[in-house]
Amino acid sequence: MIVDWSYILILPVAVGALVFALVLVWWERRLLGWWQDRLGPNRVGPFGVLQALADAVKLFTKEDWLPPFGDRAFFIMAPAIVAGSMLMAYVIIPFGPDLYITDSNIAVLFFLAMSSLAVYGVLLAGLSSNNKYAMLGGLRAAAQMVTYEVFMGLSLMGVVIHAGSFSLVAIVESQQGMWYIFPQCVGFLIFFLAGLAESHRLPFDLPEAEHELTAGFHTEYSGMKFALIMAGEYLAMVLTSALVVTLFFGGWLAPTFLPGAEYIPPVVWFGLKTAVFIHLFVLLRAAIPRPRYDQLMSLGWKILLPLSLLNLLVTGAASLWLEH
Amino acid sequence: MWSQLRTIWTVFQHTFMRNETVEYPDEMPYAAPRYRGRIILTRDPDGEERCVACNLCAVACPVDCIALQKTEREEDGRWYPEFFRINFSRCIMCGMCEEACPTYAIQLTPDFELCEFNRDSMVYEKEHLLINGPGKYPDYSFWGVAGKTIEGKDKGEALNEAPPTDHRSLLP
Repeated sequence: MIVDWSYILILPVAVGALVFALVLVWWERRLLGWWQDRLGPNRVGPFGVLQALADAVKLFTKEDWLPPFGDRAFFIMAPAIVAGSMLMAYVIIPFGPDLYITDSNIAVLFFLAMSSLAVYGVLLAGLSSNNKYAMLGGLRAAAQMVTYEVFMGLSLMGVVIHAGSFSLVAIVESQQGMWYIFPQCVGFLIFFLAGLAESHRLPFDLPEAEHELTAGFHTEYSGMKFALIMAGEYLAMVLTSALVVTLFFGGWLAPTFLPGAEYIPPVVWFGLKTAVFIHLFVLLRAAIPRPRYDQLMSLGWKILLPLSLLNLLVTGAASLWLEH
Repeated sequence: MWSQLRTIWTVFQHTFMRNETVEYPDEMPYAAPRYRGRIILTRDPDGEERCVACNLCAVACPVDCIALQKTEREEDGRWYPEFFRINFSRCIMCGMCEEACPTYAIQLTPDFELCEFNRDSMVYEKEHLLINGPGKYPDYSFWGVAGKTIEGKDKGEALNEAPPTDHRSLLP
């Protein structure tokens, strides 16, 4: 029997991603603290690292309340869809030259499909709660994520044209000469904004805008179901960062402009680059106010969608021009 | 758009700035000398109680947490409170009593750690409130400047006080 060793990675990646999401909550709170000139959680364990553990214990032991007025089946299913679809998308991420679970030839499409599936989780969470705040949040989430889904895919097509492949490993390897951030900076900007909106992180957290909608689509959630939804959000944040790195910043490739960079293992480069974007996500949360809902929509449909179409057009034309 | 980018940069710069946080139980925050914390009753420079039981503090108190009763000392005729009671579970540390006090007797201190396990322990009687010093105004002595006669100080003998006029001599 032939054993495919890459399957062994599944468990470490799944557990690692969940633990990382948990620790990221603590790290984000510390970062936000520093950016607001305070300390953040620093009491539990060294530098407060064990805050993540304390949060986990709290969430596990909390009452898991099911709203008697809601739709039980979908209410229970929704968090699993949110976290599950995001975890599934980790399958395609190449952490290093030979460090990936699968090198699918439709990896980019698979990621888009999984992030679209996560919309169902959020939407069902909002609707099955049978709560006005939750429903408004769910509606907002549906419209926002469908809107940003459209040009999230389109913004990636430029990269796909350059690499000539949907496989993420092939895309990374084709960036040996030049990272795609240079020819595809517009695509990068659009993808990054769309990724923000897809993971509904601030400033695009209108589905759960706590100042107007209590907690939006997860108002009724508590205990581990709430934790799963939050884990889904953090997983999406890490996933988007990892994809930005993979698609536009050369993935595991060491930056050639740094002398001696090739002595550091590729996985470390991948981690470092991803960490930069995770920090950028948190920095945006700390700095940028939330737009109004119509501003979000008009930014999506009137600016980013035409821009991504134009980017696709120019990229396609240029690559055809260069070929002939 | 420009302002948003500038905001991101400004927030990023805060990575390298000092935190404002004072980790309180480990490290005491600075409380200014005029901080409004626990209330005390002070004494004259000669060691007698300043409070003359005028009740102005009790009237000024917006939450009615001060209760006191006036009495007179037999030997020298000074007024003083028979009892003086502040219910700190009601007190809001507003400092109105300190402002109302004509004798600088009642003063607020920078001590703010007033937690108790029993609610009853929050009620402070006169012996808990009185301190052995003059507090913020070390030289002030109410009876030294007041016009009221007490033992050892007759009319006209107070600081800056003119001797009483013999109104019969003012007749035309």
